[in-house]
Amino acid sequence: MKPDIAWPRNDYSRVPFWLHHDEDIYALEMERIFRGPAWSYLCLEAEIPNPCDFRTTWVGDTPVIVSRAKDGVIHAFVNRCSHRGAMIVRELRGNAERLVCLYHRWCYSNAGELTGLPFRKGLKGEGGMPEDFDMKAVSPQRLKVANCHGMLFGTFSDRAETIEAYLGEFGIGMVRRFLSRPVRILGYSRQRIAGNWKLYAENLRDTYHASLLHEFFVTYGVDRATQKGGVKMDARHRHNMNHAYAGSDSQEEAKAAYADTAARLDRMQLRDKKLLNYKNEFPDGMNLAAPTFFPNALLIQINNTLGTRQIRPKGPGAHEVFQTLFGYVDDDEAMTRHRLISANLVGPAGFVSMEDGEAIEVIQKATRSSPEGCEVIEMGGRGPVADQAHRVTEAPIRGFWSYWAELMGVEPAGGIR
Amino acid sequence: MTVSPETRELLTALMAEYAMAIDEDRLEDWVELFTEDCDYRVVTRENVEQGLPNVLMWCDNKDMLRDRVDSYRHVNVYNPHYDRHVLGPLRFTGEKDGAWTFDVSYSLFQTTLEGESRLFSVGRYRIEARLEGDAARLKTVTVIADTGLVPSLLATPI
Ligand SMILES: [Fe+2]
Repeated sequence: MKPDIAWPRNDYSRVPFWLHHDEDIYALEMERIFRGPAWSYLCLEAEIPNPCDFRTTWVGDTPVIVSRAKDGVIHAFVNRCSHRGAMIVRELRGNAERLVCLYHRWCYSNAGELTGLPFRKGLKGEGGMPEDFDMKAVSPQRLKVANCHGMLFGTFSDRAETIEAYLGEFGIGMVRRFLSRPVRILGYSRQRIAGNWKLYAENLRDTYHASLLHEFFVTYGVDRATQKGGVKMDARHRHNMNHAYAGSDSQEEAKAAYADTAARLDRMQLRDKKLLNYKNEFPDGMNLAAPTFFPNALLIQINNTLGTRQIRPKGPGAHEVFQTLFGYVDDDEAMTRHRLISANLVGPAGFVSMEDGEAIEVIQKATRSSPEGCEVIEMGGRGPVADQAHRVTEAPIRGFWSYWAELMGVEPAGGIR
Repeated sequence: MTVSPETRELLTALMAEYAMAIDEDRLEDWVELFTEDCDYRVVTRENVEQGLPNVLMWCDNKDMLRDRVDSYRHVNVYNPHYDRHVLGPLRFTGEKDGAWTFDVSYSLFQTTLEGESRLFSVGRYRIEARLEGDAARLKTVTVIADTGLVPSLLATPI
């Protein structure tokens, strides 16, 4: 199937609204992106530290088990019994030598191989499976797994690039930056947003909105467009990193730039300033870093809050944002407490993130009735996409769409990449 | 455990006002129900059962609560809605030096400006309240939400 997308422009500065609402587009995304040659973020290695540990996750709308076998090797396979299609594992996580489907007790190894089934040879010579039944041939579909410094990625496709080529030097470097020390998982948060998953992917690449929608950033000086920062992409422009440096602008510059909020800059003060304490722990000095990887991943640092986010599409009109917060094994109690206090900034109730859910939902609501309408994406320029040393830009969103169109097989004639 | 009718009534009224203050958008009054050295946090059952400390919201003193409310009033943008809490009875778990601990189940419904209601969150509070003369104040409120999958976003407190 080739959907008929009439791109008004070949630089993705216009994106049809209906792409956020269409069932066929959604089904094709699951096939060509999430079950195609993209690498999806699965979970952190630190979540399955021991032999026989497993946890469940999602790749697009496919349920997946990530597990560590006895020999330490990490596997990922579809969480669907070969027999009648039941979910094999229903828990979020666990430790087991074999995984057993509840329905007819079919048994799987940690590597996802079907290893046994009850009454295979029948009972007292009656019933049972045919002699030549091949358990191996019906084992659940496996994903290729890549472990990038403790961040696990998976792909269903044999055609996928290596993870090194996919993330690029830039991406690998960012993962290494976040996961340079052994990680301690602090916990999870989940948010279900009534909007298409691509609206969240766009949001992560939209540095223009950050200091406008999230007024907390500006009011309390956590992050303003007047700070030193920018956007940096991989060569294919499918991933992006928004970043900024703490304390690199002045109150006067900020007041001039944010005339509407200027009055508030002096008046509003936090009574308890520890919320915004920042202990620099990275050699590069950034207090805000948000590298996002196509199609479903984000690493996020806001001050000393560190986490990953995984986008889990739930049909064309909804997605879950699954956030894993972490610190480091060598954090002392005071540092863990500080990270948790800083966590007030992020997540479903975060001072600088709660607005995203609302912005996405009101787009989904308002665009349904406009099949002919388009997003206008020209901030930061038209034409070819490139890195920028400022954040008044939406260029990385156009980069996202260019790679989306490539994988979907729907690029316009002369489409930029 | 034995709880005098007066104490039970006082703490029940405290929780009723807690819920109504949020539902009537009197967040400043809600803050006043807490002690200065209070601890308010929202956690999820998923994290608690895995022994993980993550918080959705954490104010470890009354100033942080005031900051949150100020931020809602002047800084943050969220989904316009009405809240409606429905609380269960108090189950007392202990008393020490005038501080009572108890659990309360809650359901929190949200209604849009166009009148559409939905179940927003269900869970329980673990509460420590202090009696000071005839008044009761909240020292610790830990919201343990069964609803770990937050619908849309979490702004106004639970
Ligand atoms: Fe945002």
